[in-house]
Amino acid sequence: MKSPKFLLPAAAAGVLALTLSACGGGGGTTGGGGGDAEQGLDGRGPITYVQGKDNSNVVRPLIEKWNAAHPNEKVTFKEQTDAADQQHDDLVQNYQAKNPNYDVASVDVVWTAEFAAKGWLQPLKDKMAVDTKGMLEPTIEAGSYKGTLYAAPVSSDGGILYYRKDLVPTPPKTWDEMMQMCSVAKANNIGCYAGQFKKYEGLTVNASEAINSFGGSVLDKDGKPSLNTPEAKTGLENLAKAYADGNIPKEAITYQEEEGRQAFQDGKLLFHRNWPYVYNLATTEASSKVKDVLGMTALPGADGPGASSLGGHSAAVSVYSKNKATALDFVKFLTAEEQQKFFATQGSLAPVLGSLYEDKELVAKLPYLPVLKTSIENAVPRPVSPFYPAVTKAIQENAYSAIKGEKTVESALSDMQKSIESASAGQ
Amino acid sequence: MSTELGPTPVKSPASGGTPIHHGPKGVGEDNKILSQGKWASWLLAPTIIALAVVIVYPIISALVMSFQKDAGLDPVTGLFTAGGPAGVQNYVNWLAQQCSAPGGGTVACPPGTLGAQFWSATATTFFFTVVTVTLETVLGFWMALIMARTFRGRSLVRAAVLVPWAIPTAVTAKLWLFIFAFEGIANKLFNTTILWTGSEWPAKWAVIIADVWKTTPFMALLILAGLQMIPAEVYEAAKVDGATTWQRFRMITLPLVKPALMVAVLFRTLDALRMFDLPYILTGGANNTTTLSILVINQIRQGFNAAAALSTITFIIIFLVAFIFVRFLGANVVEQSGATGKGKK
Repeated sequence: MKSPKFLLPAAAAGVLALTLSACGGGGGTTGGGGGDAEQGLDGRGPITYVQGKDNSNVVRPLIEKWNAAHPNEKVTFKEQTDAADQQHDDLVQNYQAKNPNYDVASVDVVWTAEFAAKGWLQPLKDKMAVDTKGMLEPTIEAGSYKGTLYAAPVSSDGGILYYRKDLVPTPPKTWDEMMQMCSVAKANNIGCYAGQFKKYEGLTVNASEAINSFGGSVLDKDGKPSLNTPEAKTGLENLAKAYADGNIPKEAITYQEEEGRQAFQDGKLLFHRNWPYVYNLATTEASSKVKDVLGMTALPGADGPGASSLGGHSAAVSVYSKNKATALDFVKFLTAEEQQKFFATQGSLAPVLGSLYEDKELVAKLPYLPVLKTSIENAVPRPVSPFYPAVTKAIQENAYSAIKGEKTVESALSDMQKSIESASAGQ
Repeated sequence: MSTELGPTPVKSPASGGTPIHHGPKGVGEDNKILSQGKWASWLLAPTIIALAVVIVYPIISALVMSFQKDAGLDPVTGLFTAGGPAGVQNYVNWLAQQCSAPGGGTVACPPGTLGAQFWSATATTFFFTVVTVTLETVLGFWMALIMARTFRGRSLVRAAVLVPWAIPTAVTAKLWLFIFAFEGIANKLFNTTILWTGSEWPAKWAVIIADVWKTTPFMALLILAGLQMIPAEVYEAAKVDGATTWQRFRMITLPLVKPALMVAVLFRTLDALRMFDLPYILTGGANNTTTLSILVINQIRQGFNAAAALSTITFIIIFLVAFIFVRFLGANVVEQSGATGKGKK
């Protein structure tokens, strides 16, 4: 460095300019977006559709079909990665930057409340209304926040109890029945039951199912935590007890979807809670030992079918979009029966239209549809909260300790309750 | 190289800005340097601006954010509203493990919140750093001693050793995740039924083993570079004087390789303090393997401003460690490397 003196002006100017812009941009976070929601309602023109990795090639053919019919309102596909966390962060960054090019985005059911509360999603009402007739009720609920629809349901998902037909001729209807059947597993020297119990989003799904199935709920109608109830306690205790008894094998604490599926396909489990995608793999993979003995039924509950956690994606219009009329048409296109059928046959995505679950052609192709319909009809959306990231962490952390027996179910639930209260308290 | 002559001649009028006390010739030279200086500032401006954009702006922006409250929910509209200035509250909350209380004010963070994990994450981060850097230094030194010898296929060994270092960490982590799965190779090989990622100590060791496997080669190569700067004559002289192998290692190798070793240890320590991808993929931070960096990423999903405060705290911790290294342990990256360079010539 020869003469720092002369560099000073340039450097100072650069730094100053940037500092000022930092102050301008870094301060405010959100602001309701009331004004943005009024803009561009009649706008028509090219738009972009944002979605996670299109693994089974369903989105591209649909967009080609749309583009052929709408040469002046073409849709461009922006493909994100296939990791849900990264999709979430990508959407947050672009909404935060008010990117007008994220016209329509595929939103996971658990993100809807957060994005809606940030003011990033166009309320789908009045001029922007979407017809939800015929859609399964829980999927509409999952796309709504404070009674307003913000994201139109496109695909759904629910848990299914897979079981071994050769070992249990009649599947269990309740949790207690299932636990009694565990003697069969012991006699055959295999594990009895496993879901997803590793500390990640899957544990939130399984723990909420356990709580909901016995009449408890993580959040009440107003979005306040309601975990200090006997129902919630029974639900979570069932998991903890089964793990302590060995009815849930020890290694299940490391299971995500794939590890569990592998164990079930290798014949090491009697009952397994997983998503519909397992059906295809378990019946077609050459290494599968349960090909001919695979049974499917609804999740077991207290005295009937249990309450599955709801999965799936919805299509949401960004408030920053300039061509909202086109965006709305595209959302309607995605939810129309013809496209729903295509999603189901091509991508094994569960439709949101109830009628399709009775469609003979579809059921022949996807025999799990009737079971899945029961599952989704009884489903409870995962806690709908704008603080979902904190809520899910609180559930995972404490349910994990409770299942492993590191703390009692009571203290786990009361810690969950306090954590969620603190997260929603803001600052 | 004029720099090797010492600092005095370079301190020409232009840099010091001292009054001109030369003859007419000096004035002309000075003007030339002046105009060169102007040119230089124009030519360097793009670089400075680029650095300002990618380094200065994010740092300042993060600092500004860290003094803001996170968005809170308006109970009537159900919409988030900007939090406003927070003073140092974000920092206090992390350090004292305080979380917002439902009725306003703060309470001790209940287990299940990120705030409750700050000190345990700090302890975990330091635990990982101390254990992995120690293991990597010992193993790396040993590997370097072997690679410094002359034998057939030496270059092949050197290239092969680099393979773990060349694999992206995320891939390494996935690899070890399969190895440490319940039905994975580790359990099959040793005929055990350990839940590697499902209980505290096995999970910690899984992370340590994977990290040591990956970064020991880096240590080995840095130490090897230091070893090769020790002239062979020194060893020969010691041999003539009757020094044993252990004495030669202790009295010659160790002191002479120390500058390179300290730099290697410093780099690895700073790296290990930021450890993220390995535990994130291997264990997801479960069973007390959450490091500070994992905590920052988790917090980003819950509120940017508190996350900005946490990353500033992390930065200060790492900075302090680096400072201690340079100040007290003699890991002087700049001066020592200059000195050894001279010694080599």
